[in-house]
Amino acid sequence: MKGLVLAAAGVTALAAASLFVGVSDVTVGALLGGMSDEATQVMLVSRIPRTLALLLAGSGMAVSGLILQMLARNRFVEPSTAGTAESAVFGMLMVTLLAPGTPMLGRMLVAGACALAGTALFLGILRRMPLRSPLVVPLVGIMLGAVITASTEFVAYRFDMMQSVRAWETGDFSGVLRGRYELLWIGAALTAVAYAAADRFTVAGLGEDFTTNLGLNHRRVVSLGLVIVSLVTAAVIATCGMIPFLGLVVPNLVSLTRGDNMRRSLPWVALSGAGLVLACDIAGRLVIRPYEIPIGTTMGIVGSAIFLYLLLRKNAHAG
Amino acid sequence: MIEVRNARKSYGETVVVDDVSITVPAGGVISLIGANGAGKSTLLSIISRLLPAPAGTVMVEGMDVTTTPGDVLARRLSILRQDNQMTARLTVRDLIAFGRYPHSKGRPTVEDRGHVERVIRYLELEAVAHRFLDELSGGQRQRAFIAMVLCQDTRYILLDEPLNNLDVKHAVAMMKLFRRTADAFGKTIILVLHDINFASCYSDRIVAMRDGRIAFEGPPEEIITPAVIREVYGVEAAIQEIDGKRVALYFR
Amino acid sequence: MPADCEAVGRRSLPPALLIAGLGGLTLLSVVLFLTLGAKGSWSFILAFRGTKVAAMLLVGYAIAVSTVLFQTITNNRILTPSIMGFDVLYRLIQTVLVFQLGSAAVTAFDPRLRFGIEVGAMVAFSWLLYRWLFSGSMRGLHLLMLVGIVFGVLFRSLAGFLQRVIDPNEFLAVQDRLFASFNRVDGRLLLVSALVVLAVSVAVWRKARVLDVLALGRDAAINLGVDHRREVMQVLAIVSVLVAVSTALVGPVTFFGLLVANLAYLLVDTNRHRLVLPVAALVAMLVLICGQIVLERLLGFNGALSIVIEFLGGIVFLVILVRRAAR
Repeated sequence: MKGLVLAAAGVTALAAASLFVGVSDVTVGALLGGMSDEATQVMLVSRIPRTLALLLAGSGMAVSGLILQMLARNRFVEPSTAGTAESAVFGMLMVTLLAPGTPMLGRMLVAGACALAGTALFLGILRRMPLRSPLVVPLVGIMLGAVITASTEFVAYRFDMMQSVRAWETGDFSGVLRGRYELLWIGAALTAVAYAAADRFTVAGLGEDFTTNLGLNHRRVVSLGLVIVSLVTAAVIATCGMIPFLGLVVPNLVSLTRGDNMRRSLPWVALSGAGLVLACDIAGRLVIRPYEIPIGTTMGIVGSAIFLYLLLRKNAHAG
Repeated sequence: MIEVRNARKSYGETVVVDDVSITVPAGGVISLIGANGAGKSTLLSIISRLLPAPAGTVMVEGMDVTTTPGDVLARRLSILRQDNQMTARLTVRDLIAFGRYPHSKGRPTVEDRGHVERVIRYLELEAVAHRFLDELSGGQRQRAFIAMVLCQDTRYILLDEPLNNLDVKHAVAMMKLFRRTADAFGKTIILVLHDINFASCYSDRIVAMRDGRIAFEGPPEEIITPAVIREVYGVEAAIQEIDGKRVALYFR
Repeated sequence: MPADCEAVGRRSLPPALLIAGLGGLTLLSVVLFLTLGAKGSWSFILAFRGTKVAAMLLVGYAIAVSTVLFQTITNNRILTPSIMGFDVLYRLIQTVLVFQLGSAAVTAFDPRLRFGIEVGAMVAFSWLLYRWLFSGSMRGLHLLMLVGIVFGVLFRSLAGFLQRVIDPNEFLAVQDRLFASFNRVDGRLLLVSALVVLAVSVAVWRKARVLDVLALGRDAAINLGVDHRREVMQVLAIVSVLVAVSTALVGPVTFFGLLVANLAYLLVDTNRHRLVLPVAALVAMLVLICGQIVLERLLGFNGALSIVIEFLGGIVFLVILVRRAAR
């Protein structure tokens, strides 16, 4: 509990820092003095929404990764290694092409439905592979994602939408403004649902037989998890684009010290996810001021480096 | 009482469980024996509704396992299959505590905690209770899984090769524990066993399967005989009686 | 392999006939590509399409040969150099070069010189990296692939990072000149690439019998007296060169090699590299050109070829992977 409080304090500090880092200078003095309307405006319109978006997207994606890992019973699965994120992008493209007037919420729901279908397909393929090594599971997911991406890009290419697809594929919070991030609150609500159902997901992580033995409907638990993961992923992609490997590395790092009892580890995963995304975004804003490095790129480096560490470390002792 | 009526299951052309009907009265230790591929594990999975059988019915105390709600059944019957691979990193105590899930739905009561600690003690897992499963030896992990199922505290306990990975000492302790649990609490424990001598020494009844059918059924004295063992396993065995228990020697 | 594939293998044509047939078809497709729907000045069309077709032939050849070689030394038919992050590595090296020297200096270089430097760096670096990956405990195939893919993401992100750091505006200006695609082939690179590929091919051809032994696996190769480590490293260097050539010309194509290598294995029922390599190369050229003809001339989808290849190759990969894992 004490550790959690400390972690929460750390994330709060990062969030505070995020409020004051950016192109236009906003200082605490200027805000408090009420001197500058401009500073207040920047705060309200850009900085606060951006920071909130980072918090919500980071925790949501990390928790989604955790849930997927429980459902697929595999350490290396997360929305971008299970076809989820790629399917959501496909959905975004389709709804943008076929029904351009759809409001954001509608787009997100369509993307979520596609993500659901894609992830269910992934889990279906896994079920057909009775003897699977733990490492082949993310491989299948990544390749399924590549196939879906290829179809997305083919359509996008035909209709000159590559620009938008690229935007969905690479996470970037620089465009987050008031009125353009609120979908993420849906993600937050779903994360709360995930916490309420944490025990069910842990049981599902023990396997289908265990789940049935304990009197739970495995199919129903999986469906609930898939819906949460798909909608959170869709909300994040619709708002700020894909954040690679976040849902993979955070639960893994938490699991090393805290284990996988989701009731206990979920708060840690949510906090660490938010913290990592905040840190990456702040770094991206600082390195080449006044320009920015999008979070897709920074997380790509940090995430894949940690992923590699996890893979090679696993190999070192698990064999 | 568990009643199986005309259960049947096949994989493709191969019939694994062939029209099996059996009645298991409540109370006692029942061992299922038979050669590899005789259908023991499949039958156990059908009884425990892990594997839906395309034909036949299974009733547990008058409840049809295919239609009874899962959580109701989970308070009456528990099952542990063999080869439990676990990717989730749980501590032993957490795993065992999940045995209480059917009762408390993840909100453990004082009584639940008492159960957990008692089972940990019974299975001598105190020293490793706080460790993660992936840090344990195969035998310790197997005992943790059995502990979870025992913690579920159901009237019927089905275990598929529970002695897997256990050394002689722990295997004996485990069988004694099953015996005690059955005698003291009136539980019905159904085991799939490979070691016929364990089955002989600790069971009230033995069910021998062959080619998906029940070949023999009865108390150990009737089953542990050269004729039955020859029929079931195709092996010649000499039977010795030691301390009132029948032991088969088949190492020749 | 399913029964029908075996049947194809058993009934496979005599090698000479097979190669002649494939060669003839390829030639036919080249002629079709050059002439189909041509309007206006012949000299212009031939020059324009000629460059393109030459690039496709070269790229198909390079990808096919590099994939077969890579699969031989890894003893695995679902690996390709691109899955292992080779082509992204090439892009990273390109970017680092711009980062170190500045875009002005790099674009002022003769592209052939730049190409030479890039290939050199690529060979050196990939050699180090993959020597580390293939040595020691990295035996598990799935681990190897996963590590390769993640390295790919790491390289891509690092390249993206550097591209931003360089100065976003400046980088955009050189990006087009650096990164090629099937539709934007740098003609000046063609000749030098062709020479490089030719030189490498001679080396491969002379190695063909050693390659046959390497395909038996490490232990068997050592038992038969082959210096396994040295040979593998040499083959890796050759693969690096070939990947650099194809990436420099048209950019990354992840699954194409997989597609053509496995088609070639279906067509010939032997492991002999003197047969597999030419067949794979011819299949690659044929598929590329025919694909381009269908997409560009018949369907009017200009430039979508690499995407379609990605899609088909990805599905082939998934099928092979799932089928292998199920066994």
